[in-house]
Amino acid sequence: MNKVDTQKATFDLALWMGDNTLILGHRLSELCGHGPILEQDIALTNIALDLVGQARMWLNLAGEIEGANRSEDDLAFLRTGKDYTNTKLVELPNQDWGYVIARQFIFDAHHLVILEQLSASTEKAVADIAKKAIKEVQYHLRFSSEWVIRLGDGTDFSHDRMQSAFDKLQPYIKELTLDDELSKLAKTLGIGFDHNLVEQKAWETMREVLAEATLNLEPAEYYHKGGKQGQHTEHMGFILAEMQSVVRAMPNNKW
Amino acid sequence: MDNTWPLWEVFIRSKNGLSHKHVGSLHATDAEMAIENARDVYTRRQEGISIWVVESKDVTASNPTQSEELYDPAKNKIYRHPTFYDIPDEVGHM
Repeated sequence: MNKVDTQKATFDLALWMGDNTLILGHRLSELCGHGPILEQDIALTNIALDLVGQARMWLNLAGEIEGANRSEDDLAFLRTGKDYTNTKLVELPNQDWGYVIARQFIFDAHHLVILEQLSASTEKAVADIAKKAIKEVQYHLRFSSEWVIRLGDGTDFSHDRMQSAFDKLQPYIKELTLDDELSKLAKTLGIGFDHNLVEQKAWETMREVLAEATLNLEPAEYYHKGGKQGQHTEHMGFILAEMQSVVRAMPNNKW
Repeated sequence: MDNTWPLWEVFIRSKNGLSHKHVGSLHATDAEMAIENARDVYTRRQEGISIWVVESKDVTASNPTQSEELYDPAKNKIYRHPTFYDIPDEVGHM
């Protein structure tokens, strides 16, 4: 395989990882100061910071590989909606605590197995970031799993709320493991991850936790796709408007 | 209905060899959640490597109104302090 392929595939992977962690990190950061109690507020904020920190590493790597002089900030803040490659799951607006937890749990279950595979990537920079992120994500999954079980197997009220959250999110799960030409190339080159294997392992985790939580979740027959290709939900524009407003109002400002 | 979660006291060991030290309190529904909350609230800046939690209601405290009889008698017994010895360097921190 030639160098151009490696470059393209690594850029695509780093951008996808960066966009998913950036947008979910931003969604969680919206809850800073709005968590149900101080302890959970700060827990979510910690996770948000972890994800944004990971996004910085991924986008920095993407910028370096691209070689077009774009920094992590340029990539994070100066693209338009159709240029973001994240899955639709991470851009969905926050609803109640159960919904936030369910969305987080689905993402964490996939995120962890993706990082496990990426830590063996033939691209050293990719493996390095994955190894660094993996410890954080192990805790994220522990945190969200605990809450899924606590609320699912809690009162009738909390159980119904959790079930309804998973029902709403069900069509957004599959997109996390949809591959395309470039991600297949990344896998062939040993840079990326195996989508089928991730899907299988993520579902093992989800099934185990949901069984304990007395909740039902099955893969959706019809599901959302297209985030990777820049087809986002209508919510994406609002996130970007908020995320980018300062940077666009004061270009190149430093503080 | 009382909606408040139980209060827990949090103890953190900052490094091996030192003892756990009380750092504060927090709310949680059970011990496991208390550990996680403590991790998120009290170890964000690398404050520790081990956490203990105990429900505040399980802590028995001395009575502040009895502090005179409890603590004052120790005041003038300087011979209880090992200050008359030179501590060898090998002993390190005491």
